[in-house]
Amino acid sequence: MPESLPPDSVGLVTPQTIAFEEPLTLACGQTLGRYDLVVETYGTLNADASNAVLICHALSGHHHAAGYHSPEDRKPGWWDSCIGPGKPIDTNRFFVVSLNNLGGCNGSTGPMSINPDTGRPYGPDFPVITVADWVHSQARLADHLGITQWAAVVGGSLGGMQALQWSLTYPDRLRHAVVIASTPRLTAQNIAFNEVARKAITSDPDFHNGRYHDYGTLPRRGLMLARMVGHITYLSDASMGEKFGRELRDQAFKFGYDVEFQVESYLQYQGERFSESFDANTYLLMTRALDYFDPAYDFDNNLSEALKQARCEFLVLSFSTDWRFTPARSEELVNAMIAARCKVSYAEIDAPWGHDAFLIPTPRYTDAFGAYMSRVAREVNA
Amino acid sequence: MRTDLAIIEQWIQSGSHVLDLGCGDGTLLDYLQREKQASGFGLEINPDHITTCMARGVAVIEQNLDTQGLQNFEDQSFDVVLMTQALQAVRRPDRVLDEMLRLGREGIVTFPNFAYWRLRWYLMRRGRMPESEALPYRWYNTPNIHLCTFKDFEALCHRKNIRIKNRTVVDGQHQDRWLSRLWPNMLGQIAIYRITRQED
Repeated sequence: MPESLPPDSVGLVTPQTIAFEEPLTLACGQTLGRYDLVVETYGTLNADASNAVLICHALSGHHHAAGYHSPEDRKPGWWDSCIGPGKPIDTNRFFVVSLNNLGGCNGSTGPMSINPDTGRPYGPDFPVITVADWVHSQARLADHLGITQWAAVVGGSLGGMQALQWSLTYPDRLRHAVVIASTPRLTAQNIAFNEVARKAITSDPDFHNGRYHDYGTLPRRGLMLARMVGHITYLSDASMGEKFGRELRDQAFKFGYDVEFQVESYLQYQGERFSESFDANTYLLMTRALDYFDPAYDFDNNLSEALKQARCEFLVLSFSTDWRFTPARSEELVNAMIAARCKVSYAEIDAPWGHDAFLIPTPRYTDAFGAYMSRVAREVNA
Repeated sequence: MRTDLAIIEQWIQSGSHVLDLGCGDGTLLDYLQREKQASGFGLEINPDHITTCMARGVAVIEQNLDTQGLQNFEDQSFDVVLMTQALQAVRRPDRVLDEMLRLGREGIVTFPNFAYWRLRWYLMRRGRMPESEALPYRWYNTPNIHLCTFKDFEALCHRKNIRIKNRTVVDGQHQDRWLSRLWPNMLGQIAIYRITRQED
């Protein structure tokens, strides 16, 4: 953490674990008898509980979206650029709820949790979770917090899919859905990248069919490869070029196959760090949730028919250099919303950072996002 | 409210579904939403205008008429399609008019009159492309690439079987003056046309 807290930070925050004892039936047909969700909140819930905003995280995200856990933290939460006093999601006005989703590996019930039937970690036996399952569990979280209707449900990437799913599954329980750098469903190319990541993990000899904990090991190499390939899809050619170019770690070629280019070194570092901190089974689960997401599926593949259930208003934002979920995918979503007569606003933000741009506070992005959220706040008298 | 917007407002029924092409900062749509319970969208490409629309609760879509067209909107999906002061700046005004009446039952268009007497006088006296407060550009950097006169516009409507339901002519301050009604193509600066392809 910096010497002193930045004035636009939510400051020191403490996560809490909330236990849910009512069984949750999942899309796959299995039932979770009980589960925990780890949650952080920022700001204050107003008297009529109308100023609550739900933050949905992306593939490797978690509940720690803003502020610091301890004065020793080097970095704040993953979306600190957009959540805090005076930021687009203004904690002076909103009560912000951020959770680690079911199946995660940051404290909420997931593959690393103990399976009550066996007394051992679930591991590969943890059920496959869908975006709709997450939304159901988040609705129970809202009940627990006394929130009947969110002022907004907000998310980027996989988080945007959850915001979209909310508008269809619980149309009366949110006023606004903010869908950033997302897509109404993955393309074959998106699924292909996910499959490479999964194969990297499952083919690691240390994976042991997902029972690596029983063997006292971790599929580090597989997870590292998965993260490396994923990471490439989060950046743009231009941003990688600017950051690394063809720069070498040493002066000259070594005519070997060890790490020589800076970009190799960077990817390897990112991959190694990730493989120490993230659970491989959770990575498989999250990528599958991405693959399966397709709200149009139950409506004859007609997205605008699906969207006719929505009652909230939408903000959709895309980024010019995002090639994972391109602006065209956001436009597909927006066009379906227009056809369904949803109230929607859309902007394509010019930013060089590829998919990761949704985490980076470019002026136009935070201006537009903040303008929209300020109007949401006015609407609920926050 | 600007007089031209006040005139347009009179032509829009309560509860209309409206598409505003080049909606600017959303002033008109905001007004129509509050006073006429209208719904709909504005299209805009200026980032600051888009942000202002979002702040005031106007549904705005970032979309460029010239490069992206209007294919993403369905036939007859709006009651009214508006375009204020943008017809002269698009690449193919004739096609935009067709699209407006494909999407909407009615269109409302406003544009500056290039046959306004001051512009005629400027051209005659100096032999140079007219510049004025309403047209503050040089010929080489103007966004107004398809300037026309009221007569030109009406001839185009006639050729396309577009029916002009109403026409109001105003001056530079958007005031409705009796002189410009007397001889619009000479004395009118801005015209507001209400057009349709349908019978009443």
